[in-house]
Amino acid sequence: MASLRTTSWLLASSRAVFRPQIARRSMATVTGNATATTQIKSAATVSTVEEPAPGKDAQIKTFQIYRWNPDTPSEKPHMQSYTLDLNKTGPMMLDALIRIKNEVDPTLTFRRSCREGICGSCAMNIDGVNTLACLCRIPTDTNKQSKIYPLPHTYVVKDIVPDLTHFYKQYKSVKPYLQHDTPAPNGKEYLQSKEERKKLDGLYECILCACCSTSCPSYWWNSEEYLGPALLLQSYRWIADSRDEKKEERKAALDNSMSVYRCHTILNCSRTCPKGLNPGLAIAEIKKELAL
Amino acid sequence: MFATRASQQALRRLTAGQPSITQMGLTKFAPAAIAGASMQIRPVATHKMTPEDSLQILIAQRKLRPNSPHLTIYQPQIPWILSITHRITGSVLSGGFYIFGSLYLVAPLFGWHIDSASMAAAFGSWPVVAKVLTKFAVAMPFSFHSWNGIRHLFWDMTKGFANQSVIRTGWFVVGLSIVSSFGLALIL
Repeated sequence: MASLRTTSWLLASSRAVFRPQIARRSMATVTGNATATTQIKSAATVSTVEEPAPGKDAQIKTFQIYRWNPDTPSEKPHMQSYTLDLNKTGPMMLDALIRIKNEVDPTLTFRRSCREGICGSCAMNIDGVNTLACLCRIPTDTNKQSKIYPLPHTYVVKDIVPDLTHFYKQYKSVKPYLQHDTPAPNGKEYLQSKEERKKLDGLYECILCACCSTSCPSYWWNSEEYLGPALLLQSYRWIADSRDEKKEERKAALDNSMSVYRCHTILNCSRTCPKGLNPGLAIAEIKKELAL
Repeated sequence: MFATRASQQALRRLTAGQPSITQMGLTKFAPAAIAGASMQIRPVATHKMTPEDSLQILIAQRKLRPNSPHLTIYQPQIPWILSITHRITGSVLSGGFYIFGSLYLVAPLFGWHIDSASMAAAFGSWPVVAKVLTKFAVAMPFSFHSWNGIRHLFWDMTKGFANQSVIRTGWFVVGLSIVSSFGLALIL
């Protein structure tokens, strides 16, 4: 495949080299005689490395971003300011971050992938609230600076990239898969009624961005043992699933002082969820299941 | 546009593939010259590493990773502020109860006069404003903790978890506890 690609590039290049100058202009055509009005200058005299001066109606907004570099670990984390013209930036925080990385500072590090709120990579603390950068509009008030931090109380890998290793380990511990010993009644698949399926609405949409868990003060202080809202919502997603046969085992695994009961119904989780889910309610349902 | 870029790519690949140019030490210069000013050059070098070595680097890095800021940067929101207030008022009420109760028990041993009659007499001699303010200060944690406790009982029945109702009941409890503790301060 790679060799094929090389030959195709070579072909393309040879074609380009031997094609006449005029035929090479495929994207745009010049109408009229440009040389009649303006003198054509050589590229060396025209090109400039200076930033274009901001226009009169430029909306200059300052972004303060948390920086820490693992290559210089003795330096304390600090906030670095970047200014962008909002008229030239996309509407979302992720657009601003990408523009800063592309045009201002390529060393700025952050996670991003889908830019539409389905992958959960760009979870971070923006203006004091955990959310996905791709779903968070840039406040157009240019007098206020926007502050961007990594997810709260996480170990920082670099800049706004948090270390979620422990979070994923805890996710593994809730056994997030269908557990079924008996074969399916029709030999093919495990069927569900519409009502049973409806119980999973508001649970299966979770994308595990860790916004809720890292907004929970209880999880900040007890993340070693307390599972946190995201993974309790996941636990409840499997407890509530009518097809799962290990409901009692799942409940028994949660029935201790730390796994669930470090939740004190602070409800930062439900408030911050960028997908509009309600982890607080799921935890309350688990507590009810355990108590009754 | 596409054709120009394609030719640049091809030339870059050719340069990379030709050892003679590499040996001449032109590798850094040649692609940049061909690509022109539009190409971004990042001064990054990579070197091969065994999995064991990279694991050691990871372990060394993990020891030094800072903890990201949390309580100091989180936006003040009614759910968590009322939650911490609930905990503080609970501690103050129970702590005060235990401290005063044990002092009351040991008072005869030390000859302290904190029996009800002398306390009532001492409190009665205070100016009215001081009386009302003191009673308000004692009644406020009590009424807030009681009303917010009822809110918690509703949550235990998995009711009232929508964001809007959490905010609304939160402010309602704040208002209710101010009014009721003011009432307690005036009546009793």
